[in-house]
Amino acid sequence: MATREQAPILSVIGWDESQLLSEWIAHQLAATTMRRDLLKDDELQEQSRRFLGALRAVLQNGGAEQDITAPAWGETRALLADIAQTRARQGFSPSETATFVFSLKQPLFERLRGNLARDPAALADAMWKTTTLLDSLGLYTTELYQKGREEMIARQQQEMIELSTPVVELWDGILALPLIGTLDSARTQVVMETLLQKIVDTGAGIAIIDITGVPTVDTLVAQHLLKTVAAARLMGAECIISGIRPQIAQTVVHLGVDLQDVITKATLADAFAIALRKAGLAVGPSAAK
Amino acid sequence: MERIPILKMGDNLLVSIQVDMHDRLAMTLQDDLTARIAETRARGVLIDISALEIVDSFIGRMLGNIAAMARVLDARTVVVGMRPAVAITLVELGLSLPGVRTALNVEKGMELIGSRAAGPDGRHQA
Repeated sequence: MATREQAPILSVIGWDESQLLSEWIAHQLAATTMRRDLLKDDELQEQSRRFLGALRAVLQNGGAEQDITAPAWGETRALLADIAQTRARQGFSPSETATFVFSLKQPLFERLRGNLARDPAALADAMWKTTTLLDSLGLYTTELYQKGREEMIARQQQEMIELSTPVVELWDGILALPLIGTLDSARTQVVMETLLQKIVDTGAGIAIIDITGVPTVDTLVAQHLLKTVAAARLMGAECIISGIRPQIAQTVVHLGVDLQDVITKATLADAFAIALRKAGLAVGPSAAK
Repeated sequence: MERIPILKMGDNLLVSIQVDMHDRLAMTLQDDLTARIAETRARGVLIDISALEIVDSFIGRMLGNIAAMARVLDARTVVVGMRPAVAITLVELGLSLPGVRTALNVEKGMELIGSRAAGPDGRHQA
């Protein structure tokens, strides 16, 4: 049954393929979404030819016509993935890439109309089927585009987390952790792990957490900071929080965040001075000139 | 029955936890340690947990309890060698062990206890 229902689409795709291909390419080239500055004509021709060939191969094998997630469509999906990826790299927008698939409708409809002019019901049916199929294929390219973007965002986020948590050794036994950017749970976790590992590695007894680069401190951020301080304390290291701007001091008090148990300082320099004193060290003017 | 050895070093007691703690073992340690503190009139207790990889809320609370009990018996507890992962777990569990003193390793822990024994509060000088 499936192959007979398939017949109208298959017949228009299978019949005189080179003619269909040139018609389709002509439509694509005429469309306003065609980016001739980005894609060469022979490349377009090659992509169109391969897509048409793959489409026909699936339809000829009687593949499930509507469900493009079926295994029969595997090759077509891979081809579309390839095209979408290439075009995304070339700078096509997702809608321009999807139009590549959608534009096949026009020559197909023209042919269907020619073949089924006598039978409006069959024509409507065939057009509906063709349109659903091409829509799902076109939307698939958009999905791929989006997925590529999401992967990129996730990767960048990961890189940012790694970049933004350096732990520096200011002095023997004194660590500094300059925090830049907003502190969320995921970042706090990374910050905590890096700091604690560094405490183990260096045997440091004092860690200065500098929040000059943290734009806002709300209750959640404060809680994350206190957690880091508590974890460092469990490892036997004392924490000093520095770089508290006046606005942040005001917010912290207004929010009722309890920072009583933590040494806080306005600047990193003050915190460093305290740390040196706690370590039994002193910095003084040099006698030798 | 399995027991965790408690070593006496001068005025201090040394406990090194080398096996995974289960609840029964923790309770036994609590009993043994309080008995030993009373018996030896120890001033300091050093608990080395550097070999401990897994700490649950019960063990965390037990560490806090031991410290509190030792304080009642006039001995100060220092927990040393906590692993980063364990520290994070305890903080996430909401157990930051406020009454417990901590140090990175046994050496620093002994320093901490020693500095206190020679401290100005007189009470602990031998």
